[in-house]
Order: sequence, then structure tokens, then C-alpha cells
Amino acid sequence: MKFRMPAEKPMDSKQPPAARAQAKKTNKAEMTRRDLLRSGAAVATATLAPGVTLMAFGGSPAEAAAADAGKRWGLLIDVSKCQEDCNGCVQACSEENGWESTGHPETDAQWIRKVTLKNTATGHTQSMPMMCQHCESPPCVDVCPTGASMKRADGIVLVDKHTCIGCRYCMMACPFKARSFVHEPVVNQKSHAPRGQGTVESCTLCVHRVDKGGTPACVEACAAAGHDAIIFGDLKDPNSEISKRLAEYPSVALRPDLNVNPGVRYSNFG
Amino acid sequence: MARLAAFLVFVLSLAGTAQAGSLLPEIPKATGEAHAEGNEFWRKNHMDMMQHDRDLTLRMGERDIEASLKECFECHAVKDDHGTPVTYSNDKHFCRVCHDYAAVKVDCFMCHRSTPDGVDENAQEGNSHAGLMSRPEGDAGEVAGYLERVKRPARRNMMEAGE
Repeated sequence: MKFRMPAEKPMDSKQPPAARAQAKKTNKAEMTRRDLLRSGAAVATATLAPGVTLMAFGGSPAEAAAADAGKRWGLLIDVSKCQEDCNGCVQACSEENGWESTGHPETDAQWIRKVTLKNTATGHTQSMPMMCQHCESPPCVDVCPTGASMKRADGIVLVDKHTCIGCRYCMMACPFKARSFVHEPVVNQKSHAPRGQGTVESCTLCVHRVDKGGTPACVEACAAAGHDAIIFGDLKDPNSEISKRLAEYPSVALRPDLNVNPGVRYSNFG
Repeated sequence: MARLAAFLVFVLSLAGTAQAGSLLPEIPKATGEAHAEGNEFWRKNHMDMMQHDRDLTLRMGERDIEASLKECFECHAVKDDHGTPVTYSNDKHFCRVCHDYAAVKVDCFMCHRSTPDGVDENAQEGNSHAGLMSRPEGDAGEVAGYLERVKRPARRNMMEAGE
């Protein structure tokens, strides 16, 4: 059994504030050091044998643990492959993360939704999934008064429900309407996707899977349905499938005028 | 001195020596291996450890963490007569046994499930344990009634003033 111990001396409320601050600092320093060691190890592996590592972990990257600043996770959605009558990604997300209808469609959670677009000039319609775009400069993070809305080192934008006060500024700031507020008490959550009344939530890019080297549930469901419209991968790795496709074919970010640089991109769109 | 004695009795009861019918909490027996750090350590520090690790998990993506609610359930979950682990809505839930006694409200289970994965929390009576912690006093009807009572004289005054 391996446990992480709290700081050497448990924080004592009788300590003077200065000493407590010191104790906190030590704690933080320890975390940072650990983090550094971990990234150091990752870099060493990559430098020693870049090709081998990529091949070896291509199928099941078991070592791909923790948020790594050397990566940026993203999605590429091929709108031409997305079928209007298919709801597989939404269904899979709902099952994976345990959000469902409470019978109040106007306030129900929507981590991912299908959007149908119609060109009014030509009548041509397109269907595509919309979810948190995992921006590089996320407006939701900018406005959060408590620091609950946050971006991980690997680019995944999350809500830390431990510190979320439910003010919903992030929902107003998000240009993609990607976040939902939980209005009703929730039970029967998935242990990997806690969610509760009074907090804001959104697509986590299935962070619990990604940390174990997996892919998001929507991507798997889309592939299982035979559409392969969503690709998941590391945007910083030029050899990943997603980077290669992005380099080869045109794609767009939604609302490029905002310069938020979304991690989710769309191809064959428009 | 009396306080010290009371504390001593409390500590003893935590050690599992509470008599049935006593006013002190009856700590449910856990299964599995005992904590290497000792029970005293965990009783004193469990929240610090979980708090420390939640940041590592959520913000840093470190998933190789065992001081988590999920791990607690493995050994500490209390089962009902049918052998199903009870939810936080049941006062026999292992967290509540001590926390109710100490009158410390935990809000973990507003977001986290209070049973191991696979248990249907909806199937249990009074399952709304998430609501248990957040329900405001009175219902919506009462609030509306109150507003009505408050509003009416004010409106009448305004009308009178207008006349």
C-alpha cells in the first residue's frame, strides 16, 4: 500500500500563522519537486529512444500517466463523416460520466450535444458534436473567481468542484455554451466522474481514461458506430494521427475571431 | 479534568470498545488489512491526506493514489441487512457514525457517490443523501407564501399613498 503523507507535521491550528504558511509552502514545494522529477523522467525516456518509445506505447501507453506539459490533448472532428441521425457520442458520454435527463430539458446537463447547421442560402445541412473546446486561453478560466475553472498542463480544461461555488460566470464566458450547472441533488454518480448540485460541469475529455492512456468515450463510440468522425490525440506530437491530419487537410477552429485556440477542431466544415 | 476524562472515553470508544446502547458512536468494523500507519494516524489525518491527494489527482492527473474515498469504501463500507452497502442517507454509513457524533458536516457526498461502484444508490430508501446536505429549510411553497405575506402590506401601503 502506498500513501502520500501530509506534510511532516500535520498543520496545527495553534501554530502562529507564519509557521502555518511555512508548512503550506513546504507541502507545495514537495509537490513541485515530485512533479519535476516525473517530467524529468519522461523527457529522459523520450530523448534516449524517441522512435522506440512511440512504437512501444502506441497501442497501450500504460506509462502515459498524469498531466504532462509536453502534451496537448485535442480532438479533430470530421463533419462530413458525422451522421445526422446518430447520437452515439452523446449516449456514450452520458453513460461514461453518469449525466442524464432529470426531466427538465431546459436545465439538463449537456456535456456534449449534436448540433445541426443549415446553410440558408443552399439548404445544405451538416451535423456535428459540440462539447468543451478545451481552449488554450479559456475564457472560463479567466473569469472564475475561485480558481475552480482550470486548465491542466496537458491542455484539458476542467472544473474543480471542490472549489466551485456555482456562480456560473464561466457559463456566461464560454463562447461555446459548453458548460452546464447542476440544479438537482445527484446520487449514483460514477466514482471517476463526481458531479453534484450547485457546481458547474462540462466535458472532461474523459480525463480519467486519458490519464490511464485511453481515449474519450465519444471517440470510441463513434468508431464503434463505424463513422470514425472523431480523432483523439496529442496536438504537440507531430507524429500523432491528429497532427498529421491537421497538417495535411484544412480544418477550422470554431469562433477563430476570439483567438482562444481550441483543442477541438473541425474539418470538412462549412 | 472532566473534559479530559470525556475525551479519554471518546478515544476508547473509537478504539472499538463502545458498549451497545452507549451514547458514544459505535465504530463499524472494517475489513481488510489494517493501516500500516496505525488507526490513530488515520483518525487524526484522514482529511488532510484526502485533501492533499485530491489536488494531485484532479489538477495534476496523478491517478496512482490510494488515499481516496473509493479506497475507503473497499474496507469501511457498512452493509445493510441485505448485504448492500448503505448510502450516506443511512446513519450507519461509516462516515456518519463519527461525523454525526462530532456534529461535523461533510459535503463530500454532494458530488461523490457514497457507496462502492456498482451499488444502485437510487434503490435505497431515502436515497437523496445529496439533498440531505443541501436542502434549504422549508419548501418552495413556503418561500412563495412568505414572499406573498411580505409583499401584500407593502403594496397596500403604496396604494394608500397613491390615493
